Amino acid sequence: MATNTVSEKPQHKQRKLIDYFTFNTDHKVIGIQYLVTSFLFYFIGGAFAEVVRTELATPDPDIVSPELYNQLFTLHGTIMIFLWIVPAGAAFANYLIPLMIGAEDMAFPRLNAVAFWMAPPGGVLLLGSFLVGAPQSGWTSYPPLSLMTGKWGEEFWILSLLLLGTSSILGAINFATTILKMRIKDMDLYSMPLFCWAMLATSALILLSTPVLAGALILLSFDLIAGTSFFNPTGGGDPVVYQHLFWFYSHPAVYIMILPFFGVISEVIPVHSRKPIFGYRAIAYSSLAITFLGLIVWAHHMFTSGTPGWLRMFFMATTMLIAVPTGIKIFSWCATMWGGKIELNTPMLFAMGFVSSFLIGGFTRGMISFLPFDIYVHDTYFIVGHFHYVLFGGSALALFSGFYHWYPKMTGKNYHEGLGQLHFILTFIGLNITFMPMHQLGLMGMNRRVALYDVEFQPLNLLSTAGAYVMAVSTIPFIINVIWSLAKGTQAERNPWRALTLEWQTASPPIIENFEEEPILWSGPYDYGVDDEEQEEESVADMLADVSAK
Amino acid sequence: MNIPGNIITLIAGILLTLISLWYGQNHGLMPVEASQGAAEVDELFNLMMTIATGLFLIVEGVLVYCLIKFRRKKGDKTDGPGVEGNVPLEIVWTAIPTVIVFILALYSFEVYNNMGGLDPETSRDFPQGEMQMAENKGKMVAFNPHQGHLSLGIGNAKADLEVDVNGIQYAWIFTYPDSGVVSGELHVPVNKQVKLNMKAGDVIHAFWVPQLRLKQDVLPGRDSNLAFNANRIGNYPIVCAELCGAYHGGMKTTLYVESEEDYQKWIQENTFANAQEKADTMALMTQSMTGEKRLEMHSHHLGVTPETLAQLHNN
Repeated sequence: MATNTVSEKPQHKQRKLIDYFTFNTDHKVIGIQYLVTSFLFYFIGGAFAEVVRTELATPDPDIVSPELYNQLFTLHGTIMIFLWIVPAGAAFANYLIPLMIGAEDMAFPRLNAVAFWMAPPGGVLLLGSFLVGAPQSGWTSYPPLSLMTGKWGEEFWILSLLLLGTSSILGAINFATTILKMRIKDMDLYSMPLFCWAMLATSALILLSTPVLAGALILLSFDLIAGTSFFNPTGGGDPVVYQHLFWFYSHPAVYIMILPFFGVISEVIPVHSRKPIFGYRAIAYSSLAITFLGLIVWAHHMFTSGTPGWLRMFFMATTMLIAVPTGIKIFSWCATMWGGKIELNTPMLFAMGFVSSFLIGGFTRGMISFLPFDIYVHDTYFIVGHFHYVLFGGSALALFSGFYHWYPKMTGKNYHEGLGQLHFILTFIGLNITFMPMHQLGLMGMNRRVALYDVEFQPLNLLSTAGAYVMAVSTIPFIINVIWSLAKGTQAERNPWRALTLEWQTASPPIIENFEEEPILWSGPYDYGVDDEEQEEESVADMLADVSAK
Repeated sequence: MNIPGNIITLIAGILLTLISLWYGQNHGLMPVEASQGAAEVDELFNLMMTIATGLFLIVEGVLVYCLIKFRRKKGDKTDGPGVEGNVPLEIVWTAIPTVIVFILALYSFEVYNNMGGLDPETSRDFPQGEMQMAENKGKMVAFNPHQGHLSLGIGNAKADLEVDVNGIQYAWIFTYPDSGVVSGELHVPVNKQVKLNMKAGDVIHAFWVPQLRLKQDVLPGRDSNLAFNANRIGNYPIVCAELCGAYHGGMKTTLYVESEEDYQKWIQENTFANAQEKADTMALMTQSMTGEKRLEMHSHHLGVTPETLAQLHNN
């Protein structure tokens, strides 16, 4: 009978490849599904960006037609936001939250699978819009332009975003419930890894703002196919109302795209610097402050739109305040590294690259919160440079940092360090050459979303295009590394980084239902060098020997 | 020679301040200033550049220092010092940005107010003081007599010259109500308060003159304003800054800031000569045409050569 009871327990063997193509409820499978799907779309969205940059190498619209050009940047933006960065955040959250808090799975495994399986149809629908004439009114889709540039392409875009938005809401319910209700009993909120705090803040934002986007899109859809006039001025509608509803979601979306990656950085830096995170509570609370402030700043996207002066003043005041919690995070990460023992491996390189380039995005963000300056640079290349520093220099570098940091855990294989560092160097050089000149172009007077521009802007545009090609090349070592390491990489240890968070206490890759037995919380998530060092080392070794013996 | 650490810190601090101050004034990133308002925006930008340069050098300096100084020796398996925080330090780096943003906010308020952005005519959607009461179906209701006339943007009630602006795909049309002149270019006299009354015929456009540092969306179904006082004679681009369709990049024309005499001469020349132009415009507003045809008609306003157009069609 004893053997029977044992065989009823989940089998501790590796997943089969086919599992990743099915409606599987294991959070680790779903995490990988999200990650792989999001990277497929990263390459598609990246290819669109390369075409756009190639077009912009010359002042004339000579590579693609103006309509196709608008379709390409519309889909580039939509894909990178809704099908790369947001699902990649969900990938980390799915994979890591249960492991970090010692749970067997998410709170609602089936809902989790449903949430994932809404994403691929959303992506297919978006790409399928090319068959009926893709949307060409930008990722913001402002009416009345969006009502006039091809009905079905626009409708596909709306339906796709409704699917992806619903997927995001279902994911957020799961993340928040899991974090709040499924921690092992010794773990209080202040002994959770900071990634969990970041996901708690992200989930709150998603739940509060995404339904508003859905509402706006449904009304836009009525205007488009049923001939209503919610936003259509020819029937008495008001296009500015759409902008308010759209940005009520889409500004928080910026934080939905960056907060999970702030969490990733707060995990990576202490481990590879061998120091506790500096100011745990300040970092945790600053995430919550960003959530709160993030909900009341949306109209700074409308400083030159149909907004009266007093409203512009209000939104300037709220917007500028976000500089404070963001600053706290940057200073805390720097202080964590200060005096540490930094191992300059790929995750740490990406993390330091993140701090240095996100900083630039942070400065430009501070500048454009001040109304008179924003009126000048709004809808110029300065803004394009700014948000690429936030989303590529920020989110994407942190995403790669986390990717390499947890690659051994997720795959059970070690990645190739040399290729990883080459990937970092090419990415970092490429991103700075691509996005830095954009700031100057905007200040010189180049507007965004144009295929045709003045000859005086050409030299800097050529530089930017060259940088975009470097970024294209940077994906080659990345792809080779991922595939080669999966096939030929050495077997990863349980805890290659000697990290203290719970996900490193189980096998690499973790077994089904995660832990052999309920893990024991024997230190805080970042207690490096806190106790007597000798003793600490001993206890780590003892614990690991103990766990593997079982 | 052994130099004490605090002297090095002091020298670094002085250098940092000098570099920031110098770069804040000499970045050379902005185009010429054609108005007093533009100069004020640039001063705000210079201050922000100075602060940003200083903070940038500090943070990047810390990163590079960590990169060199705090590297792990090969085979070293020990941890760093177990410092978990420092409350006074954290208070300092919370307080400093807070103070900086408040100073910049007050400064921005001043600049924006000087532009006329808080002018009561345009800064409120519905001025409560001007509500009137009327009887409707036996009930007293409040209504706003200015509803529908109120406009958004940056305005100033006292204008020497008012020009009506109409944004359409892909051209700007300027009408001078005093003389009846209709033009595809904007001519204004130097050192005069000009007020633009703007609306759009089809989709949202945005009126932007980089040299004035001013931008305002031009909306269909709603009026918006822009007020400026150009103080520098010259030709400046007028750019559409809001995505308005496939040929958005071609929606450009020129602002001519002229001496009073040149301006009057231009008005004289155009008062009678633009009858044909007007007919074109009327035709444009009523006929349904393809985008390309429409663009071709206005190609002489757009700064697009016929060759470019031909190229567009071929693609």
